[in-house]
Amino acid sequence: MSKGVAITGMGIISAIGNNVAENYQSLIQGKKGISRVSKIKTNHVNDIMVGEIDFTNEHLEQQLGLASDNNYSRTALLGAIAAKEAMNTSGITDINAYKTGLISATSVGGMDMTERYYYDYLENPSVQKYIEGHHAGDATQKIAEQLGIEKSLVTTISTACSSAANAIMLGARLIKSGQLDRVVVGGADCLSKFTINGFKTLMILSDTYNTPFDENRKGLNLGEAAAYLVLESDKVVQAENKKVLAYVKGYGNANDAYHQTASSENGDGATLAMQKALNVAAYKPEAIDYINAHGTATGNNDLSEGRAIIRIFGETVPDFSSTKAYTGHTLAAAGAIEAVYSVLALQNNVIYPNLNFKTQMKEFSITPQLQLKEKPLQNIMSNSFGFGGNCSTVIFSKEQ
Amino acid sequence: MDALKQELKENIIEQLNLEDMTTEDIANDDMLFGDGLGLDSIDALELIVMLDKSYGIKLTDPKEGRSIFESINTMAAYITEHRSK
Amino acid sequence: MKKVYINSIASISAQKTFDNTSFLKEIEDFEANVINVINPNYKDYIPPAAARRMAKGIKMGVVASKMAIKEAGLETIDAIITGTGMGCVRDSEKFVSAIIDNDEQYLTPTSFIQSTHNTVGGQIALELQCKGYNFTYVHASNSFESALLDAKLQLALNEEKNILIGGVDELGDHTTAIHKIINHIKTEPVKVTQVLQANTKGAVFGEGANFFVLSNEKKNTSYAEVVALKTYNSLPEKDVLQEAVHFLKENNLSTNDVDLLVLGNNGDVDFDTFYHTLSKGFQDTQIAYYKHVSGEFNTASSFGFWLASKILKTQTIPEVVKGNNKTTTSIKTILLYNQYRGENHSFTLLKQC
Repeated sequence: MSKGVAITGMGIISAIGNNVAENYQSLIQGKKGISRVSKIKTNHVNDIMVGEIDFTNEHLEQQLGLASDNNYSRTALLGAIAAKEAMNTSGITDINAYKTGLISATSVGGMDMTERYYYDYLENPSVQKYIEGHHAGDATQKIAEQLGIEKSLVTTISTACSSAANAIMLGARLIKSGQLDRVVVGGADCLSKFTINGFKTLMILSDTYNTPFDENRKGLNLGEAAAYLVLESDKVVQAENKKVLAYVKGYGNANDAYHQTASSENGDGATLAMQKALNVAAYKPEAIDYINAHGTATGNNDLSEGRAIIRIFGETVPDFSSTKAYTGHTLAAAGAIEAVYSVLALQNNVIYPNLNFKTQMKEFSITPQLQLKEKPLQNIMSNSFGFGGNCSTVIFSKEQ
Repeated sequence: MDALKQELKENIIEQLNLEDMTTEDIANDDMLFGDGLGLDSIDALELIVMLDKSYGIKLTDPKEGRSIFESINTMAAYITEHRSK
Repeated sequence: MKKVYINSIASISAQKTFDNTSFLKEIEDFEANVINVINPNYKDYIPPAAARRMAKGIKMGVVASKMAIKEAGLETIDAIITGTGMGCVRDSEKFVSAIIDNDEQYLTPTSFIQSTHNTVGGQIALELQCKGYNFTYVHASNSFESALLDAKLQLALNEEKNILIGGVDELGDHTTAIHKIINHIKTEPVKVTQVLQANTKGAVFGEGANFFVLSNEKKNTSYAEVVALKTYNSLPEKDVLQEAVHFLKENNLSTNDVDLLVLGNNGDVDFDTFYHTLSKGFQDTQIAYYKHVSGEFNTASSFGFWLASKILKTQTIPEVVKGNNKTTTSIKTILLYNQYRGENHSFTLLKQC
């Protein structure tokens, strides 16, 4: 039961880098990608900060070699770039040589185009091509096409900010049960006026750099990103003599069943998710060397998550940090972004600093890791929680 | 002041979709949150927008709302003092 | 691997299916290109304090869930897996138009919160106080099938005992308007009984919520066994029949073993050809259609799943869904096939139990 699933490739594009190598450099150099929003026209430009990717849509279309009449949303563009990197780093040349699926996560989907052309759709035939790009599954279909995946299991998960963690979980289960030999898993979300204004109405956007686990945290910065992992069965790994980057060792999913958006005071859902993940990995809490926390820097999340961590780990909480200060909160993609960061941490035996932290929270005494720390790492836990009470935890390990 | 209180009750019922309620069901000193009307944190955010839109009062921190939205009485008093429209 | 059973069903659709005691006897013969559901009395199921912020999709989902759980004789459930193509689309429309119309001012959170795709699954968990596994699939016409696949896997491996799954989608005015412009919705109103012969572009759009309790424990009251399911992101029309044969073979069956074929035809002249091509391999098999009574929506296939479940349990095929003149004395095996606009295909195999 506790055997891990091999990760053989990964790809990422985020506010701190356009590929895996660039992201890693930024992480170890403590370089954050948070700035004022430049690609979206919004009245809130001076009230918020975001993690924006440098490339314009036109740049991304060029990189993918798309014709000018394409109807890719920015979510689909970002997703395709990251998924292709994952496939290439896994050394896949014939995607259909094995039963290969794709599980992608998104919350924004094609909303960037919908909000741009909402009323134009009714009158302007030249933009109507984007109408069918709105629904969440469309970006996934396009990514599958970009990867050359045909006649196979392709699906999309949307459980708010926990989505990509769930995509990884489902992918691992499908490999373990033999339904697929290989699966590309991850998520993509672009910035949009929709999410900027939505989070603004919830009054949880910070007007400055987000400060996870800080007493005076003012809320989150939204970010845009995409990241994917390639998971492969032992059969494929052996037959192809694949280099394994790390293993998906454990996973847990639970619902907080407390409130539509807020987490419960003591993090019931988060506690359950972490516990389930440990159970699947057959690990005791002591086995975890580092927690890549959800740590969105909202008042509610960091308190609830911190309490849940203490409930699981007691007096001896492992090193933990949130990387949201680097990338912003990338919503449905976050679980995949942080999966890539977790694998990089295992490969390089480093723990990333929790940037922007100044003041210890009053409610508990645990403090995130504040400096880059080198230390042998075996097992990393990554948390992702979302609206609707959705809580997910994934454990990544060096050993199978 | 009484007219304002009546108006607040009507707005709250409409804005928060309290379909089964009439203005008579809300007493001026009823607790709006918790055991009283049972409003929650999302309602508080809705009320913050109402303050802005109808009375030109901007709150930046949802925590400020707690004492203002205690009851119709406290809301009316705060609005009377701070309204700009 | 354990067998997986459908232990209860609940449907809110354009027909009066929320009353599970009858079976499509009286049909609302709308003449429309968009058909709304016939609403049950939501207040009988949801307390007013909880209902006041619920979008229609949430209400449909929560009520269909409660009906399904009640029929299964359960108090609670181990996991909730929802499929929805578009989520609560009315609230998405409301929030986008408010951003544009009010120039990003005076926006309120409720419609934003409801517009998150997992809001139905989250609200069901909240209403049932279910802290278990909770997933939402949003993959067009394979949203419901993804939920089914996930539940079947967990039950087969005995990871859970009872899982609630469902498909839910609601109609929204703006979404409808723009889909009319691009001819995905038929331009002219059509009567329910004539949709499938319309020979025109586009479909009649609908909405609905169909929920089920799946279990690895069979009961006397179980509807059917879910034998197998396969989904495809793409499938050329020329390969459809061959894939169906292959899928049946994987389950030790041939086309002759299928007693009833339940097809997702929606009357779109451009895409019903997939179903015609498949039917050619099932010349002697009885056929049923359902999208003329339910309307087309991303999770309309959950209505087809409801139909097939009820046919297997009651051994009756309602007149309105009969697609040809073939008859069967006993219905043991049903094959369902669905796709939308040539993408996201699925085969589902159900057996009498």
